[in-house]
Amino acid sequence: MGQEDKGRDESKLTFNKYLIELLGKLSEIELDDVELNIGDLEISLQPSVLFTMAQLPATKPAIPERVKPTQLLTAEFKIPVAKYLSQITEVQIGNTKTQGGTRGKPIIIGGEKVPPYYLFEAITPHKPVIALDVFDIAPSLASAMKAPFKDVLGDPAEWAKKAVEKYGAEMINLHLTSTDPLIKDTSPQEAAKTVERVLQAVDVPLSIGGCGDKDKDLAVFSKVAEAGEGERLLFNSVTLDMDVKAMGEMIRKHGHTVLAFTSMDMAHARELNRKLYDTGVPKESIVIDTTTAALGYGLDYAFSIMERTRLAGLMGDPDLQHPLGSGTTNAWAAREAWLKMAPEWGPRELRGPIWETVTAVTLLLAGVDYFMMMHPAAVKTVKDIIDNLLGNHKASPEKITDWVSVRI
Amino acid sequence: MAFATRLVNREVILDKCSPLFQEKNRAAFDKLWQLLKPPVREVVIGSGDRAKKVGGKLVMYRHEFTYVNPTVIAIDVTDDMDEDTFKSRVKGVDGFTYIYIGRNLSLDMVAIRSITNDPQRFGAAVKRFAEMTNLPAILCSFNPEVIENGLMIIGKNRPLIYAASKENWKEMADLAIMYHCPLAVFAPNDLELLKSLTRTLLEYGVEDLVLDPGTFPGEGLSDTLNNFTMIRRLACVDEDPLLGFPLLGVPLTAWIGYQGQPDIGTWHETWLASMLLVRYADALIMHSLDGWSQLPLTILRENIYTDPRKPVAVEPGLRTFGSPGESSPLLFTSNFALTYYTVASDLESAKVDCYLLVIDTEGLSVESAVAGRKLTADKVSEAIKEYKVAEKVKHKKLIIPGRAARLSGELEEITGLEIMVGPMDSSGIVKFVSEKWSPQTTA
Repeated sequence: MGQEDKGRDESKLTFNKYLIELLGKLSEIELDDVELNIGDLEISLQPSVLFTMAQLPATKPAIPERVKPTQLLTAEFKIPVAKYLSQITEVQIGNTKTQGGTRGKPIIIGGEKVPPYYLFEAITPHKPVIALDVFDIAPSLASAMKAPFKDVLGDPAEWAKKAVEKYGAEMINLHLTSTDPLIKDTSPQEAAKTVERVLQAVDVPLSIGGCGDKDKDLAVFSKVAEAGEGERLLFNSVTLDMDVKAMGEMIRKHGHTVLAFTSMDMAHARELNRKLYDTGVPKESIVIDTTTAALGYGLDYAFSIMERTRLAGLMGDPDLQHPLGSGTTNAWAAREAWLKMAPEWGPRELRGPIWETVTAVTLLLAGVDYFMMMHPAAVKTVKDIIDNLLGNHKASPEKITDWVSVRI
Repeated sequence: MAFATRLVNREVILDKCSPLFQEKNRAAFDKLWQLLKPPVREVVIGSGDRAKKVGGKLVMYRHEFTYVNPTVIAIDVTDDMDEDTFKSRVKGVDGFTYIYIGRNLSLDMVAIRSITNDPQRFGAAVKRFAEMTNLPAILCSFNPEVIENGLMIIGKNRPLIYAASKENWKEMADLAIMYHCPLAVFAPNDLELLKSLTRTLLEYGVEDLVLDPGTFPGEGLSDTLNNFTMIRRLACVDEDPLLGFPLLGVPLTAWIGYQGQPDIGTWHETWLASMLLVRYADALIMHSLDGWSQLPLTILRENIYTDPRKPVAVEPGLRTFGSPGESSPLLFTSNFALTYYTVASDLESAKVDCYLLVIDTEGLSVESAVAGRKLTADKVSEAIKEYKVAEKVKHKKLIIPGRAARLSGELEEITGLEIMVGPMDSSGIVKFVSEKWSPQTTA
């Protein structure tokens, strides 16, 4: 967090010292006294906060007879604006015909100058984008996830078409799962053909996901990158244990973009980005993904790592000034999203999509620019939320002033 | 010194330092209190063991310091509800419970709304509520006479009075003072008015305030978030004394326009509540009691309010379930607390006799750990040696999580064990073991 952090640490330091001195002056606090207290202190389970001093015996200051105001006093309100040192890099995904590709319109993400949706400080230059997941073979997923696509499973081109035309996907996140040596071991050539078919079926920008086998992914990505030159694809993803140099050179050479994926560790995110810069990948070609965990299954880490990453980027950290991506479909890893539970927890057909939605909006507030999602209801909701947030609308107080007496 | 350190780390509270309460140490106490008091005032709603503290926040971002006082969730009832609905809703709030990582999730309060604007009707509703439960209450009406009728019944239980506005602040302030109750301040989308009201009320002698800058669904979302964010920043960073109070969000407003469409109302209310929960709301008033709404919300609250400094992990090692013998199944999982407790509860409830090897994945779930190389074949192999698995089981088989299937080949090579890829979710373990397990290797 750069400067802000430093400021904070210093203030904490003086704060500590001052406090310790102050307590030291109280002769009553001798070691014995403290020792005596330790017992009941240890069992205070929660780091508790200071309680209001209501129970302060006898020391409570006598309240001076106050003159009660008879009219509303006024106070001034000033919008709190902070200073940030740098801007998040803009990344363009997809190229149009004039740019050497075949996409209808490119997508640009990033460019933020202030923390997520601090709209009182600055506008959000580009709307976050939602890509829908499409698999090249029928995936083993919860039935609620597959249901909206059951007629197109196994046909990635038709699946992509449905995702765009029916469910409003702004991008397609194509997973070449079948290339997994443990599944179908589809060849890089065959995979490139699948990509070609999807490119022809839809005109939104495309992201290409591998199978998770680092060597096979590199082989597949290389072939696809070559065949798809000019399209400015987003390769999903490069990881630290891959041959980053080979990946980086391939991205640079064919003019694509890449999702740099690390596992909830800002140091790793920096390291991977630096390695990519070293291979000559322009900053404008890198989106970072610090891992999305599901609501209830580590979403708190995912949230804080993303929030810190974004703030660090804004406060000048040169290695973290990238748009953030999130594999929000991971929300479905939570069993509460898909398991049949006792009736009081509602139908899983609602629980699943709301799980994905809550996971998404939480990370939206941490700064995610690029969502990879699955369920149409979640996608629609998050899209509407983004439109409402960034549509330059004003609140209408009259709509809610009587909320207390509203009949539901 | 130890005490001072713990004080600064907020592991103990100032009340524990008894010498400070002597008159001669008054100046020192005041100094300490000025240093330690949170920039957001802590307000107590309710009384007795179910009272809740709201606010007391020290920081804006949870990575700076663990958030304190988890957002309280209040569910509404109204003074025109039929008795059965009213009672079943109060019971629903009171009885809500879900066990998550060994913790009990619950709902906190009931917001009693006056729809009739009739003091008698409101009094009757409050009485009905008070006869049922000692949950804290929020009394909602802009009519001081209505509120007073409620306070006459449960005023001594410290309900939150909702709300003082530009029009009624004086009457509401008198009630708050007379009954020693906290008071909410409502100034929809007008932060200058909000500050003016808090200034006036402080001068008037009401200190336990809760601020509601308005929750605007739909197109008002950006203003809603802006207001919450600005207020919290001004409190935590600029230490504005007029804005250093807990924030109240009302996701219930998401229902306006969707009356009579419960699924849609609940849907919108849920995501709106989750955004407010992340963006600084210390209390929420909601309508939906549905499990599919409150389950994700109470879990989100648990997530956002955990200590960000330590991963929720359990000790790695070899655990036994039931009374396993040398030919009982051997399984492994990650040491992420949630994964472990989920697997453990499935094994326990199905009474499977087995060994479960808990691998140190640095608190990551199986899937994330495999992706992030925190869970590798080497790591599993080391754990097998470290925890002396060979002394317990005599067979040569290991059941691995379906989400770690990728490791099977390498694991087989390194450990020399026969690897059985188990189900994707631990709920399938019982079936898997009963159908597929035998200590004999198939090779």
